[in-house]
Amino acid sequence: MDLELMINSFPKLLNATVVTLKLLSLSLFFGLFIGLLFAVMRMSKNLIINKFAYGYSYLFRGTPLLVQIFIIYFGFGQIELIRESFLWVILKEPYWCAIIAFALNTGAYTSEILRSAFQTIKKGYIEAGKSLGISSKIIFYKIQIPIAIRQSLPAYGNEIILMLKGTSLASTVTLMDLTGVAKYIISTTFKPIEVFIVAGSIYLFMTFIIHNLIKFLERKYNY
Amino acid sequence: MNIFKKTIISVLASLFIMTNVYADKIKIGTEGAYPPWNSKDASGKLIGFEVELAWTLCRYIGKQCEIVEQDWDGMIPALLMRKFDAIMAGMSITDERLKTINFSQGYADEVAQLAVMKGSDLEGMDTPSGINLSIGGSSVKKALKTIEGALAGKTVCVQTATIHQNFLDSGDVGSVNVRTYKTQDEVNLDLAAGRCDVALAAAVAFTDYAEKSGKPVVLVGPTFSGGAFGNGVGVGIRKGGSGAIGERDAQLLKDFNMAINKARKNGDISRIATKWFGFDASM
Repeated sequence: MDLELMINSFPKLLNATVVTLKLLSLSLFFGLFIGLLFAVMRMSKNLIINKFAYGYSYLFRGTPLLVQIFIIYFGFGQIELIRESFLWVILKEPYWCAIIAFALNTGAYTSEILRSAFQTIKKGYIEAGKSLGISSKIIFYKIQIPIAIRQSLPAYGNEIILMLKGTSLASTVTLMDLTGVAKYIISTTFKPIEVFIVAGSIYLFMTFIIHNLIKFLERKYNY
Repeated sequence: MNIFKKTIISVLASLFIMTNVYADKIKIGTEGAYPPWNSKDASGKLIGFEVELAWTLCRYIGKQCEIVEQDWDGMIPALLMRKFDAIMAGMSITDERLKTINFSQGYADEVAQLAVMKGSDLEGMDTPSGINLSIGGSSVKKALKTIEGALAGKTVCVQTATIHQNFLDSGDVGSVNVRTYKTQDEVNLDLAAGRCDVALAAAVAFTDYAEKSGKPVVLVGPTFSGGAFGNGVGVGIRKGGSGAIGERDAQLLKDFNMAINKARKNGDISRIATKWFGFDASM
């Protein structure tokens, strides 16, 4: 075991962790909006909107994240029409390709988490609001959404952790995230065990933080 | 003795016997994704210059061989972890790699060159046709300066953990915006897509891609050799340690050197190289 290599690679890996965290936070940010939108669409009585949202979540939950990234990055890059369109400004950059893939993927899972959370809200809460003469818009924002957020916290915390580990796939489209830099160090030192132990520990530490943050929020919104 | 114990002992015994039977088989690791050096055909069978050469060398050594596939970025770690005994994967003999593993004598020359898509402003770069970084001198310095100017502000793509990446990271051509890929295929795809302004790899890797895909890939600048580019491609073998395993590795190095000598003398290397590269890249 090369302890010196582990110590030397730590600051480099910590630097790369910034890229990982940026990828994670941007993906989760966009993914939450996509998830909310599609969760509402899933509960729609309009059959076309409902089936469209169902198809979206089925497609992105049914295929591996790696395949999704490859299609968006290498696949779209092969199509002349896309390369000549305004989309290429974004799709040319590996960074945005990764974020699009991550956001679409986590969006699909988030929509399912939120949908099931909305559906567990007891009818009585909504009826109570209605009987007090509160408008259905306010009922949605002030009663349904807070309860849904509380209900979905444990599952969403899991999704954040899964997404954190999912960002390691960014290294397959040339991004130098935590995994990418770890692989780069290995390619010059030929010592995978040492470097992956350090990188793995950093992932573990981040998971620890996320896990406790969610636990704290669960306690705070326990009503 | 109960049945449980018996089963365990017999399983362990069979494992032990199996290792002994196969101990004399040489396992050779290759990437299978770097045509025409080594690649796979449509049915997934390993083909290419090094695959054919490996069978020839094994015949001269007189031992059974098995060729196994390994991703490029894990090639040397896999050798060190004894997943196989030798590397034949277009791997150039460089000082950096020699710190970790041994190499046989070189069997082929890998000529590296920059490539762009037709219409790039890098076309017609004014440099000598070839430079050797080990020799140096004013003409090499001048050529490196020209390349440094041409690469400034460009995205240069290479396969990860290659001599090409080492060269770009070495500072010989200034600070370059390098993007690394897992395989050469991916480099080719992004060069054609326009995400890469320029790429660096073995010249044959680009000509092979241009031929098969019909994409207008053009080689520019000088051919590189020496320095970070190493001294030819050889068989990578573990450094002989102590004990029986170490001796076996040391013997393997001797065997490969002997086999390469014979194959060269009999014209096998030239013949196989000409078949796969279209010219004689043997050395």
